[in-house]
Amino acid sequence: MGNGTSIGKVRGLGSSKHGAHHWLLQRFTAASNFLCGLFLLASIMFLPDASFATMAAYFASPVPAIILALFVISTFWHARLGLGVAIEDYVHEAGNHFAAILVLNLLTFGGAAFGLFSIIRLALGAVTSGGAV
Amino acid sequence: MLVSILHRVTGGGLAVVGLAVLLWWLAALAGGPADYDAFMDHAMSWYGIIVLVGLTWAFFNHMCSGLRHFVLDMGAGFELDANRRYSIASIACAVVLTLAFWAGVYAL
Repeated sequence: MGNGTSIGKVRGLGSSKHGAHHWLLQRFTAASNFLCGLFLLASIMFLPDASFATMAAYFASPVPAIILALFVISTFWHARLGLGVAIEDYVHEAGNHFAAILVLNLLTFGGAAFGLFSIIRLALGAVTSGGAV
Repeated sequence: MLVSILHRVTGGGLAVVGLAVLLWWLAALAGGPADYDAFMDHAMSWYGIIVLVGLTWAFFNHMCSGLRHFVLDMGAGFELDANRRYSIASIACAVVLTLAFWAGVYAL
């Protein structure tokens, strides 16, 4: 180690090269997963049945649709961070590590975009009355 | 040790299987009654129930061990007895919550 400041000696080290911000985001998204997840599970539990009419009408209404959208953002973000840590732990070769992180980012951003598109289509869309497009 | 491994395994399972099922369900809802019924045919089959019960258990287990992490992050619960108690509690709570959820789904 050099003779720089304490923070200068550790900055840029570790498997991911940046730590505290990642750590905090993992916890922020954990908290929102917790709140939104419990809301969604409770909703499914208390809805009278699991038919299309019941589910689509409920999740197309404003508050459930917004919480569903926040849940998608929060869970995909949390999964991206969590699987990223797993990759850092198990994939050591630099090229493979880069490729795995790249694929992870493509899948999680793509998946979240697809989920949000579906929610918007449900909430603003044409098919809740039963006439499929 | 077991709680830590379960946290990672359930997290990986939720990320890969759980998010895939979530997207399938959302797309089926957005797609209309026919798509939704096709999803529900799989979801309510014997293998669908196994996957869904497994996912809810994984969610509650990951949630409970995650809450345990919040306690440990605050610097509490590192005494051997308390640590052991929280570990056992996180596994037990997950099983109880899973059973309660499915009982609620069928009862309510």
